[in-house]
Amino acid sequence: MRFTFATAGTSKDEEVPRIRSAPDFCQAEPRFRRAVVLIIDALKIDFARFNAQNVAPRPFENKLPVLEEVMSSQPTHSRLFAFRADPPTTTMQRIKGFTTGSLPTFIDVGNNFASSAILEDNLVHQLGQVGKRVVFMGDDTWESLFPKKFHRSLPFPSFNVKDLHTVDNGILQHLYPTMEGSDWDVLIAHFLGVDHCGHRFGPDHPAMADKLTQMDAVIRSVIGRLENDTLLVVMGDHGMTDTGDHGGESLKETDAALFLYSPAPIFPIPGTQTEPEVVPQTDLVPTLALLLGIPIPYSSIGQVLLTLFPRDKGSSGAPAHLSQAEALWINAKQVNRFLETYSQMAKDIPPESLSLLRADFSRLSSQYLSSAQRGHPPSPAVAAALQGYLTAVRDTCRASWARFHPLKMVAGIAILAAACMLCLAVSELPAVAGEGRALRAPLVTGVGLAGGVAVVQLVTGGRGQGRGPLGALPTLFSVPLLVLVLRCASLLSDSYVVAEGRVATFLLCSLGVYVPLRLNWDGLLLPVSPDPLRPPGAHPSPTLSPSAVRRESLTLLACLGVLVGSLYLSLSFHACREEQGACSPSAFLAPLSRVQDSGLRNLHYVLSVASLTAWTFALRRWLRHYGNLNCSGPAVFAARWLLPAASVCLALHWAVNSTPEESFRNLSELMGLALVALPRAAFSSWGWGRPSYRASTGISPQAELHHLIPQLYQRMRQSLEDGEPVGAGDGGGGPAVEAYGLGTVYSAPLVVLCGLLGLGLLMLHPEGMALSFLLLLLEAAALLRLHSSSTALALLQGAHTGGFSVPWTPVLLWALAATQFFHATGHLPTFPSIQWGAAFVGFPKGHAGTLLPATLVTLNTFSAHILFAVGCPLLLFWPLVCEVRGGRRGRGVVAGDGEEGEDAVMEMRLREQPERFSSALLQLGARYLFIHGAQVLASVCAAAILRRHLMVWKVFAPKLMFEASGFLVTSASVLLGLALVMRVDVAVGRWFKKLLPEESR
Amino acid sequence: MRDLEIKGMVSAHAIIASSIFIATVMPLFFVEKFSVYGTHMVWLYSVSGSVAVVNITIFWLLGISPPTKKHTLGYKVSRLLRSCLYFILSCLLFHAVVVLYGAPLLESALETFSLAVLLSSLTTVRCLCVLGPNVPAWIRVLSRDGAMSVWDTSLQITTACSVIGAWLGAFPIPLDWDRPWQVWPISCSLGATFGYLTGLVIAPTWIHWHRKQLTYKSK
Ligand SMILES: [Zn+2]
Ligand SMILES: [Zn+2]
Repeated sequence: MRFTFATAGTSKDEEVPRIRSAPDFCQAEPRFRRAVVLIIDALKIDFARFNAQNVAPRPFENKLPVLEEVMSSQPTHSRLFAFRADPPTTTMQRIKGFTTGSLPTFIDVGNNFASSAILEDNLVHQLGQVGKRVVFMGDDTWESLFPKKFHRSLPFPSFNVKDLHTVDNGILQHLYPTMEGSDWDVLIAHFLGVDHCGHRFGPDHPAMADKLTQMDAVIRSVIGRLENDTLLVVMGDHGMTDTGDHGGESLKETDAALFLYSPAPIFPIPGTQTEPEVVPQTDLVPTLALLLGIPIPYSSIGQVLLTLFPRDKGSSGAPAHLSQAEALWINAKQVNRFLETYSQMAKDIPPESLSLLRADFSRLSSQYLSSAQRGHPPSPAVAAALQGYLTAVRDTCRASWARFHPLKMVAGIAILAAACMLCLAVSELPAVAGEGRALRAPLVTGVGLAGGVAVVQLVTGGRGQGRGPLGALPTLFSVPLLVLVLRCASLLSDSYVVAEGRVATFLLCSLGVYVPLRLNWDGLLLPVSPDPLRPPGAHPSPTLSPSAVRRESLTLLACLGVLVGSLYLSLSFHACREEQGACSPSAFLAPLSRVQDSGLRNLHYVLSVASLTAWTFALRRWLRHYGNLNCSGPAVFAARWLLPAASVCLALHWAVNSTPEESFRNLSELMGLALVALPRAAFSSWGWGRPSYRASTGISPQAELHHLIPQLYQRMRQSLEDGEPVGAGDGGGGPAVEAYGLGTVYSAPLVVLCGLLGLGLLMLHPEGMALSFLLLLLEAAALLRLHSSSTALALLQGAHTGGFSVPWTPVLLWALAATQFFHATGHLPTFPSIQWGAAFVGFPKGHAGTLLPATLVTLNTFSAHILFAVGCPLLLFWPLVCEVRGGRRGRGVVAGDGEEGEDAVMEMRLREQPERFSSALLQLGARYLFIHGAQVLASVCAAAILRRHLMVWKVFAPKLMFEASGFLVTSASVLLGLALVMRVDVAVGRWFKKLLPEESR
Repeated sequence: MRDLEIKGMVSAHAIIASSIFIATVMPLFFVEKFSVYGTHMVWLYSVSGSVAVVNITIFWLLGISPPTKKHTLGYKVSRLLRSCLYFILSCLLFHAVVVLYGAPLLESALETFSLAVLLSSLTTVRCLCVLGPNVPAWIRVLSRDGAMSVWDTSLQITTACSVIGAWLGAFPIPLDWDRPWQVWPISCSLGATFGYLTGLVIAPTWIHWHRKQLTYKSK
């Protein structure tokens, strides 16, 4: 699917020069001065045809007798055609189609997603250019497509599909008065009742009969009010299936009705000329343009409808009007110009057919011009050849542009599925041999998944990795995977996608509650009663101590409380989709500068700064607790002060940014400076601070490692040497490991990185989101502690299998939390909800290029994905980080001196078993990516299966794009996190090498 | 012995199930315009009341309740009072949990609380009847090896089924079908009730099926 969209998409993203006037339009007398365009949404051709022999018409048959009456009484005034739309047959795409005359492309959705306005040249624009007054009434989609283009506009809400009458009645209230007045040249009325009736009841329902009868009356009274210089166009934008839906490419959906009527005779007598049965929708554009005397829109590839033009000049008694050949010539010139420009910018038209078309055109133009110079009307052969040329251009474009390619879609889905299965297989393999290779494998998998194709090569290459997920089957039926299945299934329903934030929260909550329930079910939550009749196999463990177990259980329940509480609170930071009727977006989403009430603004600011402080304080507290700040070197000094410095910068930035400018008018220059400097200082302090690290003003965590870790080791070694003679045995390894941050050697850099990343990403958000980020930190901490507590409980009761592998439940919780915080930071998977303001943080004057703002907006949109993906390896480290406490408390009660040394090793344990460490890391990465990959797969399937769903362009396609880009960002961030861990591993390994010879001396 | 117990359980469960049915039908004669959707609160309280009363009666008659050490009146009264307190606490707990799961906090708080009452009478009342007001025993029962009698096993099954039913009942709420039963909390309370009924059916069946494997340690 992704590839399909890509091929469909490349056609237009190379911005063909958009609105451009046609200089060579020949100013003939227009045939009509005015036009009334009645668009009856989803007016299928079957609805418009009349069959007198049909004695028992179904609800949608024979309900528009007016068309037949007019056609039989005035055959030279009117015609009915089948009006064939290009898929996708959705209303918005169709409106674009029959106003621009171009073919739809997928990228239309994303191309101009800032506003949905049509940027290409179109009929409405050209009408406005020549000074025609366009009056619009009806479906408010038009208002968003053509903002401020109408002379007068009466939009009515189109969103509620269940509402059959609001739009139609609104139009009817204004249609006749407007027509009778003189303040218009082109009147467009878009009725929605028939379409909504189809969606709600289907075509075969009495309500449809009522609706069509109403439309019949409308057409009748409009015809009665027409004047001689006015053209009436009655058309449907698409058809509908037997169930009343549309969007796809079946004939039932594509064939709408097109009825043309003029109070003056305009058509030839039926039978005297060959007339088309079916009119492609693009053909309306040049026809209307030439009939109304305006230039044909630039990117139209339509062909004029010849029956509306006199065969030759003079014969029809109106010498000033365009003849068929002239119309064709203007049309061909316009199409050729577009083709020339377009083929220079995009290369998706095959060169051989392009050169063929070029040759065709130059031959035709010389023929036409020579006959025009001689004053003859061009021969019918030339006209036919021009027609042939236009048809060929259209067919060429259609062949290379929009199409659903079922085969390619299936192939794309298969590749994605294969990639997901591979990830699953990797994650379920018990041990991947070879330390170095194992560590490299997540890289391979991540990159492969992102690329897709590379993975296929891996699979076909049969590197022994894709041994199949058979070993994983038993785990497939566990609760976490059930939750994952539910999550993926929820992507297949538009209602659940609309309510995705709540769905993710609900599932996260459920899975969180499942953890203690499961532990209790396994009898691990509570200390075993004094007389334990434990099942055979579970031998009583020496580490078991009731108080330790009870304490750990309490911690676990407290963490669950924090988790659920922060989940609940985070619900108040959600934004609203337009589909959610009664919903008001979070008050914290508005930037502070927009808050009018100064008291409220101060409150928001204080809250934001407070949570910022809490964020910094919590992280520093953690680092200090585990002894990561116990040094005086410049690196540690920087690490110690970087977080607070960054947050002070951020707080100042907010303050400056939100101060109303009037009150500080004299300081405006200073403020301008501060607006630029503060965020940039903050940026440089976290992101691009590596060069400045040399000057020890800022620090990057990776660079920190090189210097920090060895120093810590040095200090530790000194303290060991000093301490050995004094403290005997007991005061040895454990405390020192903790005191000098050795125990958290892996997780501390990750935590610092996440903390700084979080601050940086927070800067790209509205100020109020600081609260949400604090919740994010709380929730992440709660999740980690929940995981480590449950591991510790299992370990304390002797039911742990050993090894470092992270089970599915915490990984899934982690991944769901990423999705949940995507929503809880005020984001939505829709294009209008992208927070464009992020691009101007630190760059209030705007940018020169597009790369930087795009990066900033991406960072803003996927900040939750980034944070959770980078922090993903923490899941592996946390049980080890926390284990020392359990061990210590256990020591007091059990007094098992043997374990103490082992317990206090914390993350150094990972050094003891490098193979296990690396395979667990690989497994964790693979599992995390699998979960995200499965979600992408589900949304791809949703978009493929539901491609003719009413909501596909509003809900599923944007969701797919967000999910896919989120996945890419996640993969990159997981790789970043893993790379950091490997970097630390290398640094630690090097230090051990340096240390060992010294000790052996 | 085991077969007798299972037979007793089947008849008890049949009585409870029919009481739910009666509680759904009876108000038709007393309440005007009664319907499960329209006057949902009436239905809900009628069902939870009847389930609670029937459960208490049956377990009292069967004498399943844990043996009491003392038979003094004061002890019995304090036990009764503690049971009532636990019931109310469980209602509050369920209410809190349901709110944390995303139910509206202020608007329709009555509906939420009614759902909590229903859930309590489907789960807590049975716990009170079988195990008495003894929270550690409740927690014990919810573990794999915690069941000490057939009734404990059936308690496990019905409780899990009711809660899962209520959980599943939340699924249709976001869908845009505009059905009357999608209104909060109708789908959840219906889900809980259907879950409970399913549990009533499953429990004896499952026990019957596994009667050979089931070994209970004595108390
Ligand atoms: Zn439509
Ligand atoms: Zn429609």
